[in-house]
Amino acid sequence: MQLSNAVAVLGQFPVLAGADLTVHRGEIVLLQGPNGAGKTSLLRLFAGLLPLARGEGTVLGCDLRTNRESIRKRVGLLGHANGLYADLTVTENVRFWGATVGATSAEVDAAMVRMGLAQRLAKVPVSKLSAGQKRRTALACLVARRAELWLLDEPHAGLDATGRDELDATLREATAVGATIIVASHELERAGALATRLVEVVGGQIREKAGSGGSSASAAIDESA
Amino acid sequence: MFRTARLVAAKDLRIELRSRVVTNQVLPFAAIVMVMFAFALNTDAVVERVAPGLVWLATLFSLLILVQRSFAIETADGATDAMRAAGIDPAGIFLGKALALAAELAVLEIVLLATAVILYRQDLRASGVVLLVSTFLAATIGLALVGTLYGGLAAGVRGRETLLPLLLLPVVAPVLIGATRATEAALGTAGAVVADGWPWLGLLGVFVALFSVGGTLAFGPLIEE
Repeated sequence: MQLSNAVAVLGQFPVLAGADLTVHRGEIVLLQGPNGAGKTSLLRLFAGLLPLARGEGTVLGCDLRTNRESIRKRVGLLGHANGLYADLTVTENVRFWGATVGATSAEVDAAMVRMGLAQRLAKVPVSKLSAGQKRRTALACLVARRAELWLLDEPHAGLDATGRDELDATLREATAVGATIIVASHELERAGALATRLVEVVGGQIREKAGSGGSSASAAIDESA
Repeated sequence: MFRTARLVAAKDLRIELRSRVVTNQVLPFAAIVMVMFAFALNTDAVVERVAPGLVWLATLFSLLILVQRSFAIETADGATDAMRAAGIDPAGIFLGKALALAAELAVLEIVLLATAVILYRQDLRASGVVLLVSTFLAATIGLALVGTLYGGLAAGVRGRETLLPLLLLPVVAPVLIGATRATEAALGTAGAVVADGWPWLGLLGVFVALFSVGGTLAFGPLIEE
């Protein structure tokens, strides 16, 4: 993924103002920054949902200006909403989202096992789940969709300690098999331990955090604290 | 496209089977509308004369509820955005949602027609059965297509509950007119003969053709905006 002098606007408001960023396959990049800094917009730009107004950008080899449709099929975005259907069960939701990319039953089952949903929650309607269980279900949908690039906006929100550990393990597994992950989070301690790089988004621009290129971004977070 | 349409239609119908909104809310609403028409018109001769139009008016009012419901399940937890982000073919979404809506409308229309036969003393004639079935089929598909298109348009904007009737009712006027005239011919209302109904069925056919092509092409840009 590469952005060069990227500008994106929402209405008349520039949400990204000359952003530069390069992300390599297999990385877990943590986006840090205050509310309204442009983190979510950056994720939506990478997902092909926000058009690139100026500058250059490629995602998984596809041009962000001309080929956004192709990008979407290979990217999984988990925003503030979960994208779940309240009247369907957990299994039915994961099966539906998996089926949109032709996932097999085995892949759907594996996604549910991975997120701890295969047992007592499998047949429970989503309307009866807690916020954390809904988040886990949404993540299972993402796993079933076999996304190459995961774009996660506050993925730990609402998860208990076990759910957070399971999520982190899932993300590490995903990167081990070639997925790339970009996470926007205010939970720096948790997300920083997971990330391989820390990037700061301020006023629609991107700053690489010093010393965040190692195996973990925790050191950079400690430094910034 | 057709695989996506099948998935989306199956999902929507499963949600309906779970929630039973059509059977528990829309059907009683439509039946109440039919009874209220009878109260308002009071005279048997008038009611018998305008019965086909009342059936289709009750169908249109119920269509508004069904379309609102169809898109409420998508917007409640950001599923529309999730579908866009997942790169799901918009034409498939359009056809799938229209298919599910058509199935729900068909159930509703059978009940309304039965109500008209019992309450408004309409005669089902063997000679008019083919025209009647064809009319209901074409009008149902037409209403489902245009309802889905305008439902998608209104779903993303504020004040959608009031905007949808404003946008939809004028557009479905040709269906109301064509279906009413063809139904009158099929039932022999006020001395109409079956032959009078075929040109109106032709109008419904043109409407279906226009909105199936137009809707399939326009739905993507509509939900994109």
